[in-house]
Amino acid sequence: MRKLAVWCTCLILLSLTGCSKPPEPSNKIYLWHWMTDRNDTFQKLAQQYKEETGIEVSIQLFAPSDAYSQKIIAAGQSNVLPDIYGILDKKSVVADFIKAGLVLDLTDAMEADGGKWKDSLFDKALADKSFEVGNIYGVKPGIYGVPIDVTNEQLLYNKKLLAKAGIATPPRTYQEFIKDAQILRRVGIIPFVSGWGELWLLDCFASNYAFNIMGEQKVFATFRGEVKYTDPEWIKVFNIFAELHDKGVLMDGIVTKGNKYAEQDFALERAAFAFNGSWCVNVYHDMNPHLDYGVIPPPPMSTEWPLKIWGSAGSSFMVNGNSPNKTKAVAFLKWLTSKEQQVVLSKETNNLPSNKEALLGVSPILRDFATGMDQSTHPNIWPLNEDPSVSEAFDKGIQDIIIGEKTPQQVSEDVQMVKDSQNRHGN
Amino acid sequence: MKTNKYALWGMTKSTLIHIFLLSVTLTCLFPIFWMLRCAFMTNETVFVDKALVPHHLNFGNFAIAWTKGNFAVYFLNSIIYTACVVTGIVFIASLAAFAFSRLKFPGKNIIFYMFVAAMMIPLPGSFVALFVLMNKLHLVNTRFGYILCMINVGLSMSILLLKTFFDKMPHELEDAARIDGCGKIGIWWHVALPLARPAIAVIVIFNSLNVWNEYILATLLLVDTKLMPLQRGLVVFQGANSTDYPVLMAGLTMAALPIIMVYLFMQKHIVKGLSGELVG
Amino acid sequence: MNPKVKAAVIFKDNLQNFFFVLPALSIFCVFYIYPFLNMIFLSFHEWRGIGPMHFTGLQNYKGLMSDHLWWDSIGHAGYITLIALTFQNALAFALALACDREIRMKRFYRVVFFIPPVLSEVVVGLIWNWILNPEMQNGQHIGLLNHLLYTSGFPQLVHNWLGDPKTALTTIAIVHSWKGFGWGFIVLLAGLQTIDKQLYEAAKIDGAGAWKTFTNVIIPMMLPVILVVVILTILGSMQVFVLIIAMVNEGLVNHTDVPVTRIFSAMQNTNRFGYACAEAVIFGMVLIGVSFMAKKLSDKAKQV
Repeated sequence: MRKLAVWCTCLILLSLTGCSKPPEPSNKIYLWHWMTDRNDTFQKLAQQYKEETGIEVSIQLFAPSDAYSQKIIAAGQSNVLPDIYGILDKKSVVADFIKAGLVLDLTDAMEADGGKWKDSLFDKALADKSFEVGNIYGVKPGIYGVPIDVTNEQLLYNKKLLAKAGIATPPRTYQEFIKDAQILRRVGIIPFVSGWGELWLLDCFASNYAFNIMGEQKVFATFRGEVKYTDPEWIKVFNIFAELHDKGVLMDGIVTKGNKYAEQDFALERAAFAFNGSWCVNVYHDMNPHLDYGVIPPPPMSTEWPLKIWGSAGSSFMVNGNSPNKTKAVAFLKWLTSKEQQVVLSKETNNLPSNKEALLGVSPILRDFATGMDQSTHPNIWPLNEDPSVSEAFDKGIQDIIIGEKTPQQVSEDVQMVKDSQNRHGN
Repeated sequence: MKTNKYALWGMTKSTLIHIFLLSVTLTCLFPIFWMLRCAFMTNETVFVDKALVPHHLNFGNFAIAWTKGNFAVYFLNSIIYTACVVTGIVFIASLAAFAFSRLKFPGKNIIFYMFVAAMMIPLPGSFVALFVLMNKLHLVNTRFGYILCMINVGLSMSILLLKTFFDKMPHELEDAARIDGCGKIGIWWHVALPLARPAIAVIVIFNSLNVWNEYILATLLLVDTKLMPLQRGLVVFQGANSTDYPVLMAGLTMAALPIIMVYLFMQKHIVKGLSGELVG
Repeated sequence: MNPKVKAAVIFKDNLQNFFFVLPALSIFCVFYIYPFLNMIFLSFHEWRGIGPMHFTGLQNYKGLMSDHLWWDSIGHAGYITLIALTFQNALAFALALACDREIRMKRFYRVVFFIPPVLSEVVVGLIWNWILNPEMQNGQHIGLLNHLLYTSGFPQLVHNWLGDPKTALTTIAIVHSWKGFGWGFIVLLAGLQTIDKQLYEAAKIDGAGAWKTFTNVIIPMMLPVILVVVILTILGSMQVFVLIIAMVNEGLVNHTDVPVTRIFSAMQNTNRFGYACAEAVIFGMVLIGVSFMAKKLSDKAKQV
């Protein structure tokens, strides 16, 4: 008798595995995001959208971003992605999603009406989730994501602390920056802080100067394996960090510092300079509304090549390729990136809008951030990226230089060794 | 004269011991004090105000944490999950442990060692596979699915602990119960479980703590906000970039209280009995 | 009895017994065995999380054998475990001994010492980050520890605790021990309370001092308890992970890596799911080996 019960249960369970009806179109679309800061604003906008169009947008927050990434991958595998979602991973993962049919090609929607939607948004922001002709991922060229904001990473300086040290204007070259840092140390002020416990931010700083020292073509050639990391110009890049360490420019414990703590340090006026992204405006305002600060791109070292900061879409949304409500989802994203909504978003969350016209309403410090967009680039818009294992060795190697454990020469050899072993495995 | 010296030495020893205990107590109470102190400040003063007791007591944070963090819903969910998971584990684990300890069936040892080995092999990366499976079983975004998952998390350790306990159970009691006409289930219910009360108390505390503090699986398996547990509510205050520390601390304090109460309630059971089993 | 009837009775008996473990076993099979087999399967492939999987055979394992960062991370976890086994459990034992004799305030201490285990890693990370902050502002130390060292006359001890490769891991190990000693404390205290008071009397009559009482009465009676605490400490400390992230973010270069952080790094930073699974399998084998040795040692000790 009991045996029968067990078998029946098994059969029922097995039968359940088969049942799945294809979802039907409805007046409700689902959006999953990870941006805790903006959840309230999103909910408000969703409510407004419902009143205007009668379509209900159910917006769900899943944080922190690590958990969100895992959830998206899991949902992608089981084909239960919501109508609108974002991918926080590298471009290669985005390519995988597209090839699996999970991302709707938005090129047509963007270029409709003579490209009206496309032109309203910043090129560099759109480029984040676009794929060019002949891209190495084998993805059909086109635009696959809609940016809802723009960010870039630059150097911030505390006007009050600089004045205290007698520094009249922020440094215009790297050499001036080092000199200023030494003056600050003499007066007892910590010169520089950044969240370099987070590898990507460290990578960003290094990359900015790499572009400045050797030009972007040589950097890409290195990714391709044509140039070695032991090349003298790469050693120059590593030397920057050795110099920063030797001249006492960096705050102690910078390599274990999460960006949150670095933001605290700058907001509480513990350091005169910080390297951070445009979202910091909101953070600093919350912690210290009286902070008197300005923003400049990191001062260049050489005049041979331009120094390019990282700037692109801060967050982008994509439409599920298998969604039954594709047109409604696209319509919502169009509405979300139109001027009025972008103004609301940027006002309430102190972020740079992705819509060009909405730029007029932002605060002065954000406008200064925005001017940097002209000289910006981003790994997501490069033709190719470095292998992640090599990147990890590169970033950790720089951390080693910062804590004084290894020399630039040693690190360059270590990184090249990892690169060689990756090449051997046919990458 | 000698007695005086001994008395003095006794008092010094006692004082030293007290100092030792109190200094450790200080390091343990410090976080609670710090959390409360932050909870009564505002985001601007939380780093600046160096006083031990904040100059300006801001009582609003607890209310903000409750409403903004949707605490009522999350609290209820956490209580439901904790209660269901703990009850489930107590029954399922004790049944299995009883069988491993007292009953015979083929493959008993292999299955037991499988459970023990499971404690040692972590399953990171398994999240995705788990989600796919749960999705096929239509258990994603259901309370039932999450509860089953969490029961599994605590199963191995609970079975191990209970089996160790049941092994020490005197056979005479078992025989007596059998003579009285108890079947296997009867022995389990009337003899084994009452004797294992301290172990059950430990398991209740341990699993309550696990379920109460869990949020990764919850974020993965649940979608609707109305099903989310408490830790999810706290995540809202740890913004991607900007953290509202005072409100977060207020939230964390409120979140820690129920678990401390569970511990307070259960700990007297532990001491009363963990004794019995551990001798020998 | 007829052999066929006997066999049937035994079979029915076995089946009934089996049903006791059926609920646990079925849940276990679904939620552990299946993902576990999946993990083993994945460890022989290369996969980015979505899209096609490439079969690579033993390549992940071969790469793992020569990955010195991986074996370093196991060493780091082992170091933390060693500190936990000695410092944490010695502290727990000392506190338990102290509380065993002190009747007053015992309940108070039992509650207080359990507060660290109850706290979430978020709070622990935040608090200790603030305590261990190495910087100064306006001539004053920001971190509480450095501040206390400086003002109590030990300025030479002021240090960058989490930022120096020589001290980072030890600092983390100590914080981990602080968070965990509460568990050891309640278990050891309960064990101590079972020791028959007459044994103490007998020892005193024999003229035994405090130390002799400790080695001849307390330790032998507490051996089984100590084993339970040791095994749970090993398992818990080797798998430490959330605390590391809360305290040093992605780590002090590679000096604070532990196996679980390496596994997550392989999954999220370098998108190598297959490699991460291979790491998990190897890690599991290491843990099983260590637990096995611990049990064998305890069996030997019991015989002594």
